[in-house]
Amino acid sequence: MYSHNNIFQTELWKGGPSPGQFYNFPGTNYNNSNTGGFTAPDIFGSKRSSSPITTGTSVIGVKFDGGVMIAADNLVSYGSLARYQDVQRVFKINEKTIIGAGGDFADFQSLKRSIDQKMVEDMCYQDDIDMKPKSLYNWLTRILYNRRSRINPLWLEMVVGGMQDGEPFLGHVDLRGRAYEDDVVATGFGKHFALPLVREQISNGEVLTLNQASQVLRKCMEVLYYRDCRAISKYSVAVSTAQGTIVQGPFEVNQNWALATMIKGY
Amino acid sequence: MSSIGTGYDLSASQFSPDGRVYQIEYAGKAVEMSGTVIGMRGKDGIVLAVEKIVTSQLYEDDAATRIFTVDKNIGIAIAGLLADGRYIVDIARQEAANFRQQFERTIPLKQLTERVSAYVHAYTLYSAVRPFGVSVILASWDEEQGPQLYKIEPSGTSFGYFACASGKAEQQAKTEMEKLKFAEMSVEDLVQNAGKIIYQVHDELRNKDFHFEMSLISKETKGLHRLNPQPWYDQAVQAGLAAKNEDDSDNEI
Amino acid sequence: MFRNQYDSDVTVWSPQGRLHQVEYAMEAVKLGSATVGLKNADYAVLVALRRAASELSSSQRKVIPIDDHLGISIAGITADARVLSNYLRTECLNYKYAYGARYPVSRLISNLGNKMQVTTQRYDRRPYGVGLLVAGYDERGPHIFQVDPSANFFNCKAMSIGSRSQSARTYLERNISSKGRDFVCTKDELICHGIQAIRGSLPNDEDSESPLLNISIAIVGKDQPFKILNDVESKKYLDMAKKLPAPPAPDDDAPSTGGGDDDDKPGDAPPDPQVLVSTMER
Repeated sequence: MYSHNNIFQTELWKGGPSPGQFYNFPGTNYNNSNTGGFTAPDIFGSKRSSSPITTGTSVIGVKFDGGVMIAADNLVSYGSLARYQDVQRVFKINEKTIIGAGGDFADFQSLKRSIDQKMVEDMCYQDDIDMKPKSLYNWLTRILYNRRSRINPLWLEMVVGGMQDGEPFLGHVDLRGRAYEDDVVATGFGKHFALPLVREQISNGEVLTLNQASQVLRKCMEVLYYRDCRAISKYSVAVSTAQGTIVQGPFEVNQNWALATMIKGY
Repeated sequence: MSSIGTGYDLSASQFSPDGRVYQIEYAGKAVEMSGTVIGMRGKDGIVLAVEKIVTSQLYEDDAATRIFTVDKNIGIAIAGLLADGRYIVDIARQEAANFRQQFERTIPLKQLTERVSAYVHAYTLYSAVRPFGVSVILASWDEEQGPQLYKIEPSGTSFGYFACASGKAEQQAKTEMEKLKFAEMSVEDLVQNAGKIIYQVHDELRNKDFHFEMSLISKETKGLHRLNPQPWYDQAVQAGLAAKNEDDSDNEI
Repeated sequence: MFRNQYDSDVTVWSPQGRLHQVEYAMEAVKLGSATVGLKNADYAVLVALRRAASELSSSQRKVIPIDDHLGISIAGITADARVLSNYLRTECLNYKYAYGARYPVSRLISNLGNKMQVTTQRYDRRPYGVGLLVAGYDERGPHIFQVDPSANFFNCKAMSIGSRSQSARTYLERNISSKGRDFVCTKDELICHGIQAIRGSLPNDEDSESPLLNISIAIVGKDQPFKILNDVESKKYLDMAKKLPAPPAPDDDAPSTGGGDDDDKPGDAPPDPQVLVSTMER
């Protein structure tokens, strides 16, 4: 809503300062919408990102009886370097919605600013209507698909969760604009290592309790720590129930190196 | 105003021979007809209160509200033309959003006031537009700055205040407020006095019904601008009703 | 030529702090036939009188669907309403595309208000000469909003705008439950109340008992997408309402509230507007 100025304003302010002029960086034209600036090649041609730079690894989300839980470790890597080891990658958006992000962390931070602004706007309307998880999930899908269609993706893989009209909601969105909902979702390496571990638990159609969910996530984070070179042993969990949302942690995973007793050279 | 009707008062871009811009003063008249709006800054909180005149029984209580949230801890109360006021609120929200985008923090109220009053002022310079028919009261509270209160006039001038009022009973409200010591007032004192003043200045002969509206920003509201928050709203209404009854019984004697 | 020297442009304040051009635009609403909006706990209903421009033309469209959860009825300049409804439709569609959800009614209307405000402040524009009643349903329940050319809007328990709408407002005020925030009745009764309310707004030469009474009825609510009733359904409700006693005649002492005085005063000259747009008094 507040992302673009209307024509009237710019005209009226002609010859005077334009909103934000004094604190925008000189030389940047903020009037350019995403369209022109990113996709039109300049006279020297243009290049777009074809890989992420500072990254977070797997995010795992599970539904349980009466809520949703999303876990991710607290590492943001710079290439293979474990560069930032105390970073939150799961967040409370509002009392109904939580999110976890993997992929390019700068992309996520910029997206998160937009989301936070939406929360302020929700407050401004004074109507007690909060953004629901499905709406956020839908919005993210649109943004990401739009960017990939301009061949300039936001390098992200995200898990959105929360309570949608009293029911748990869990969805996955990624840089291609792919989106799906499920009872358990994971991103990155977690898709291979964590998903089977959780599915094993719910294969008989059982619904996890809050305790079981937090136990199985703990197990997942442990396995990922062993097998994923971009993971560390510290992780946080965002929980959403009818009572609200909360981010817990950081927790340490259990470590048992006895199982690697035969492996040399690590 | 001797220049009324002489043709020097038809445009915002025209001075009268005696050096006044009448269109701005006329816009001020629209504010003077509005229900009374006050803002009061206490020791550790700030309150906005409004005498919202009810013009139809068919309206919901929250219809045509005059207090708006601009950012988490910033509120605006409007006296005057409500449609103009909402538009100004929208401008203020854009400014706040822009600042947040740049600095990832809430805009200081002083800066917001400067931005918005520059905008209001721009409408007093051109014949193609009319000045805004609103008086804008801005309030904020945070841990570092404490309570902040500013008012912008239709001319685009703005000042900081301990307490201020606009609308029909501006003078009467000011007289009441001058009796108070704001630097020492707690949140409870603040809301009760807000209730008292609005109920006292309401003129039952001219407008039968009104709806009391207030908002509060303080530590107790977790630093958030909250409209009609409980239990403070009830405290204010009770204090207001009590003050009104006292006034009425005085009159009978 | 002008009634006074301050009423030629929307950019001119009068010495009393009034905007005559905006007030005149408010008069345009009263030229349109009446429409009523009302709600109970689960539904919002619009009822509108339709007039035909000539014997040979079809009668005008008074109710415009916007989205599944929202529709408007209009009084005033129909062409202006089309511009506004186009805006509302686009907004609803964009919202649905971005968030996969229904646009909350109050938010949509406050954005519409800001769009309309611009026309009340610029030399090169005129205010929209149309009043809207918006019926919508969202997660906060059913809503009736009144939107004026002055760019004001009001959240209403019930409302009526258009020519001779005062009698309808009087009916609504008398029949609204005193404690509740809206009508406490069934869906069928709600529609009948709407028909009853608008009966008093009929032009004098038209018989309210006429079977051809030209009326549009629309409903939106819980598990009920916005729907304009067809002739058969409308007839059913007209017959149902007919069995009820006629609405009380508006007595002159009744407090005049809401959208202002009616325009059917004797005399040829158009009446002076009584509306103090500038102050929210009306």
